[in-house]
Amino acid sequence: MRLTFAITRLNPETDTHRHEEEYRLEVGRGMTVLDALIRIKNEQDGTLSLRYSCRSAICGSCAMEINGEEKLACRTSVRKEWERHGQIVVAPLRNLPVIKDLVVDMSSFWGKIQGVTPWLSTVPRTEAEQGAGLLALLPGSYQFHNVDACIMCGACVAACTTHEVSKGFLGPAALAKADRFLADPRESAASKRMRLTELDKENGIWDCVRCNFCVQVCPKDVKPMEAIIRLRRAALGAGLVSSGGARHITGFADIVERHGRLNEALMPLKIVRFNLRRMLSVIPLGLRMLMKGKVPNPFAHPIAGIGQVRAIFNALGGATRLPGRNHP
Amino acid sequence: MPLKYALYPGCAAKGATPELHQSTMAIIGRLGIEVVELTAASCCGAGVISEADPDVALALNARTFAQAEELGLDVMTICGTCQGVMGAANKRLKTEPGLLERINQVLARDGIAYRGTVQVKHLLWIVVREVGLHRLGQQVRIPMQDFRIAPFYGCYILRPSWDLGFDDPENPTSLEKVIKTVGGEPVAYAGRTKCCGFPIILEKEAIAVAMAGTNMKEAKDEGADFMVTPCPLCHMSLDIYQDRAGRAVKAQLDLPILHLPQLLGLAMGVPPKDLGVSRHLVPVDSIIRVVEKRRAEQKPA
Repeated sequence: MRLTFAITRLNPETDTHRHEEEYRLEVGRGMTVLDALIRIKNEQDGTLSLRYSCRSAICGSCAMEINGEEKLACRTSVRKEWERHGQIVVAPLRNLPVIKDLVVDMSSFWGKIQGVTPWLSTVPRTEAEQGAGLLALLPGSYQFHNVDACIMCGACVAACTTHEVSKGFLGPAALAKADRFLADPRESAASKRMRLTELDKENGIWDCVRCNFCVQVCPKDVKPMEAIIRLRRAALGAGLVSSGGARHITGFADIVERHGRLNEALMPLKIVRFNLRRMLSVIPLGLRMLMKGKVPNPFAHPIAGIGQVRAIFNALGGATRLPGRNHP
Repeated sequence: MPLKYALYPGCAAKGATPELHQSTMAIIGRLGIEVVELTAASCCGAGVISEADPDVALALNARTFAQAEELGLDVMTICGTCQGVMGAANKRLKTEPGLLERINQVLARDGIAYRGTVQVKHLLWIVVREVGLHRLGQQVRIPMQDFRIAPFYGCYILRPSWDLGFDDPENPTSLEKVIKTVGGEPVAYAGRTKCCGFPIILEKEAIAVAMAGTNMKEAKDEGADFMVTPCPLCHMSLDIYQDRAGRAVKAQLDLPILHLPQLLGLAMGVPPKDLGVSRHLVPVDSIIRVVEKRRAEQKPA
């Protein structure tokens, strides 16, 4: 079968813009996109630049955008891509600067990994913590939730929708790495709290929109977004409850516990009431919504069977509640 | 035989997007769908409650599923976020050893038990798979011809695909099929599967509106006349925050956003006032004018 490969090219020394070039190649059974790119480079155009090494989905260097989604070229079947999309369009990873053609500059990626202090802290554990014993740690141990399977390919960062508009965001790979240390029994509670305090800041755990893109594209099933959610849960557990993101969770749960449903009229009061500037910015929208009949009655009756809902929160919901608050 | 479901309206359709509930109720009869509304159902948790405690969200959803089970009906959602959250919760409850029993122990205090027999289906899926595009096509009275319509899926109805199992998140087709069936032309643009930013819009507005703005500008640049979404949370971000989204990407957007049942209703000849179209912050008059003109032209014939 002879197929066309549309490949995004950019040589910063000669080009002002990215452009697409098409190559036609006879493809055989079982051929991967990486096999095809190497053949195109060897047989048709030696100037094509791409990064690869192991060809076995281990090294993580050949991540690129194939038909609009981040994939490892070495484990992406040409035939399956053709069947799914009717085309083979290859581009460099998004959200990272292009060095040439399909090669991106990973330095911001590594900078963010380094930013989460990806090594065990030397803060000593307390005696009580040591009393728990030295737990055996095996590679791939369940307590890391498969986060340690990450091969640092950058696919999640390229797919991250927050990253697309906010380059400072620590991003899925680095935050998943941080979660791995939060789960490590060899770290003291004190150092974990220091980690969480850092991650609670701007560009940290609260910038994720939970879009699931990183979960979908990760070639190693690391599920970075779920790691971010575990970090948020850990932050709440550590008493870091004053950020807008934390108040979103506790406020949301409080409204549902009281009313059974979320009431959008009450959410701004829960999240931005401590921030005068944000509150003033929300009010005009609220007024426009009011004129269009889009503001629910803040005094509406709870749903039928609210007692059952509250019983669920009473039985399980300690983690959803702010300390010291009264609950129905 | 009508298709019958337990309608789970979700919080938004009962709150800030009442036009979604109104338009749903206005169209389902024409598609041969009957519903019993789950009026005592709680919030699904929207992926927020589970951030603090997954079990609370599971128990809330199991309680809702038990209500539908009692009626002997599958659940119909009209919110992409509800679909994602409830579909994933249902899958866990049905497949994780011991989980259903553990959650049922909590519910047992109120005499509730979920047996794990219910399915959760979004209106979009029901229209495509159970009503069928053929039947939808037969109901079209005012084709949406000459409208370039941008589908906006929203995250939770597509990803993670292994929890949803309906559309291909890389290349979804269900909204495009619906748009073509009602006579419109779907607009292809990269943002159609991306995020509207809504989950962090109150606390991180700059990021959220930049996302919404980027996606809407892409659709607009591809010539979209309006957008259609199966998720009311996307609708809030795209409609209520559109001014701010436009400022974030330095563009005058003026892009009307329809809920999925509003698009179906307009095409099936449901009077616009029954679809709640006057409740949008971005006016949809440009669409309604064309629809009314077409309706008037049809009358003499």
